[in-house]
Amino acid sequence: MTNEDLQNIITGLGTDLEFTTEGSEFLNVIVPKEQLHSLCSQLKSNPKLKFDYAFCITGIDWVPALGVIYHLNSTELKHEIVVKVMVDDRENPTLDSVHDIWQTADFHELEIFDFFGIKFNNHPKLRRLFLTPEWEGYPLRKDYVDEANMIIK
Amino acid sequence: MTDQEVQNKIKTEEYFINMGPQHPAAHGVLRLILTIDGEIIKNVEPDLGYIHRSIEKMCERDSYQQIVHLTDRMDYLSSHINNEAVCLAVEKGLEIEVSERVKVIRTIIDELTRIASHCLWWGVMGMDLGALTTYFYAFRDREMINDIFEETCGARLTMNYNVPGGLMFDIHPNFVKRTKDFIAHFKTKIPEYNLLLTDNVIFHKRTKGVGIITKEDAISFGVSGPVARASGFSSDVRKHHPYSAYDRVDFKEILFTEGDTFARYQVRMMELWESVSIIEQLIDNIPEGETKAATKAVIKLPKGEFYQRVETARGELGVYINSTGNKNPYRVKFRSPGFSNLSILNHISKDVLIADLVATMASFDFVIPDIDR
Amino acid sequence: MNFLQMNIPLNITKTISDWIFSIMPETAANYTIMVVIAVAYLALFAVAGLYLVLLERKVAAWFQLRIGPNRVGPWGLLQTMADALKLVSKELTSTIKIDKFLYNLAPYFVIVAALMAMAVFPFSKQFQAFDINIGVFFLIAISSIGVIGILLAGWSSNNKFALIGAMRSGLQTISYELSVGLSILTMVLLTGTLQLSEIIEVQRTGGWLIFQGHVPSVIAFMIFMIAGTAETNRAPFDLVEAESELGAGFHTEYSGMKFAYFFLAEFINMFIIASIGVVLFFGGWLSPFGITENITWFPEVIWFIIKVVGLIFLMMWFRWTFPRLRVDQLLTLEWKYLLPLNLMNLMLMAIVIWLNWTI
Repeated sequence: MTNEDLQNIITGLGTDLEFTTEGSEFLNVIVPKEQLHSLCSQLKSNPKLKFDYAFCITGIDWVPALGVIYHLNSTELKHEIVVKVMVDDRENPTLDSVHDIWQTADFHELEIFDFFGIKFNNHPKLRRLFLTPEWEGYPLRKDYVDEANMIIK
Repeated sequence: MTDQEVQNKIKTEEYFINMGPQHPAAHGVLRLILTIDGEIIKNVEPDLGYIHRSIEKMCERDSYQQIVHLTDRMDYLSSHINNEAVCLAVEKGLEIEVSERVKVIRTIIDELTRIASHCLWWGVMGMDLGALTTYFYAFRDREMINDIFEETCGARLTMNYNVPGGLMFDIHPNFVKRTKDFIAHFKTKIPEYNLLLTDNVIFHKRTKGVGIITKEDAISFGVSGPVARASGFSSDVRKHHPYSAYDRVDFKEILFTEGDTFARYQVRMMELWESVSIIEQLIDNIPEGETKAATKAVIKLPKGEFYQRVETARGELGVYINSTGNKNPYRVKFRSPGFSNLSILNHISKDVLIADLVATMASFDFVIPDIDR
Repeated sequence: MNFLQMNIPLNITKTISDWIFSIMPETAANYTIMVVIAVAYLALFAVAGLYLVLLERKVAAWFQLRIGPNRVGPWGLLQTMADALKLVSKELTSTIKIDKFLYNLAPYFVIVAALMAMAVFPFSKQFQAFDINIGVFFLIAISSIGVIGILLAGWSSNNKFALIGAMRSGLQTISYELSVGLSILTMVLLTGTLQLSEIIEVQRTGGWLIFQGHVPSVIAFMIFMIAGTAETNRAPFDLVEAESELGAGFHTEYSGMKFAYFFLAEFINMFIIASIGVVLFFGGWLSPFGITENITWFPEVIWFIIKVVGLIFLMMWFRWTFPRLRVDQLLTLEWKYLLPLNLMNLMLMAIVIWLNWTI
């Protein structure tokens, strides 16, 4: 399905959605964080969309907001889309977990929590995955400072 | 007395066992916390990070040519394919077209890397299940591939041969002849592998029906590579999103439907034949051309996001580069195949024996630096 | 002069015992003879154990397309001497929480069981330390004692992995003893006697037992080899020491000399199973077609060793070729397949003997 058709269908699934294809080979949908879970479950269940394969879930630090980027693919209908969501609160960022929609999100959200500090509601067991439990700070944020371990050119 | 009453009167407890991080069957430093009742596993919780080297953070500080060298330490058994992923992403951003010669050589070396990785996997799988001789037979053949690489690329394991724009230098004059000799030798060895392990009754009993993954679970957990293809999920990136010279060679995508350990084993064994066939189609007609397209000394990608997928020996590796126009990327994310494959391990290991877990993990073919990055 | 018909009565044991009796009073002489025999067997235990380890390494290397130890001594013959010296000089480490008495006692169970079993074997017509009339029954009984050593080792190590390994080993050995016992019993039906020297006498006059009993004998031999490999915890039944699963199994916490005891005891057990197989199926120290029959002890010992090494090579071949069985598959194999097959074979042998169909 082409990007225009996808845009037409998805516009009806939520409010305040922004669409863009600039700077990327996929159609990007920017969704407000309250509607993330409902949009994602509709993206999976809608028979014209059927995005059942989340092949990349990335955390990113757009100063000053934090964000998560979901790359989705439909194995049957063979189209792809990118969903972006932003969180403005850097002290206590929270998002809804989508692990009940795509179970691969279980581990990816653990990684995002470990490196960016974004907490996910309804996650079965949110814990640090790579770093030790006593680690302070979130390394992949742009304002992370660690004189001992970081070598800056 | 009913079974439940007997169970309540005899007090049994579940206990925790650490498998790893140093363990003869963990393929790298992986710590699994198993909750066991007798010999039956109730829960598997992986504890990662023992070889986490913050490659993604380092990528934000380095230039684009330097990031290529970080990637072959991730999945070191498919190092050439990892390098190619980043180079293709950068070339996509710069919109440069590499010559046909580069594409064909990249594909041939990719397939040789895949054969080498599957050889090592086969040796280690036999060893994990107790057939200790397979390791030596597999390494004998892998040594021949390593020698070819050493002559052409200069290194045996982490071959920094790809650069954005093409290859670092041209192939050695002996490359074509040695590869053809190797292919002729290897075609007599795959039947030997099948004779030793694939046709063995004890092996069948250890692997058939063990660790079954259904197709829906495979898609939902983001599993890719031979693990997904054994469950019927057609996910070969070389077919769906072809890159380099894969659109002009003829090869089959191997699919099975059972989804058990034996199916995953057979997918990889048959992929050996397919790789041999791809090399045979390409090795005789390597087209002439330039080895490296001209790029500036300081590469700056335009503002935007670039995603490139490749098929490593383990599955789909995705490279996501987010650039703001500087000479360093803003964010690089490596979607590693092992990470998603590991997430399904707990789901399929409920109520199995420890020996089954070992067989399942051997068939998944984990390389832990790929998971930990 | 026909060499093969010379009657060379080199009656070593008789000459030595006569000499000892002549120089000491009777009770002291008896004790001295017992000590001499014990020392000889201990030496045999050590030497056989060491050289079997070397044989294993060379056979493994041969299967794996490499050479094996060849630096220490010609063809690596002194390799295990070097290993033994190394093991003897190692520090005996142990953890604090072990049960000290049982921990130290466990290796001795396996060694004592192995030595007692070795005592009844006829290496030649004269070299048999203990020729009792319930020889075969004694062998089966003694081989059950070794299990206690393994269970004690696993329990007293205070280590979860060791305990799992010991439990697995215990149930494996107990299950497969049944098959070993029944296949031995099948052959005893042919001989009519439990005494080992009598069994060999039957084979001298009638031909080797595996040929005398044709079909049921061959089936009994195959079951015996499978069950014997499982008794001694060797691959493909070596999940006890499955290195790729649980560290080192029940002897994880042992080091130095005590580890050497377990290690050697495994090889001696292999020797014992092979010896039982040779005595019951292949004629013990008899030469094929009686070619060196009248030359005493020296060729007889050589024949015995050749046959035993042949069976041991077969067991080593199994180890380096097959993957390992899972614990429930192992038990299924025994209780659902080998045991019914064994019982049917026993009946078949009884029918064959009753109808006088033996060769």
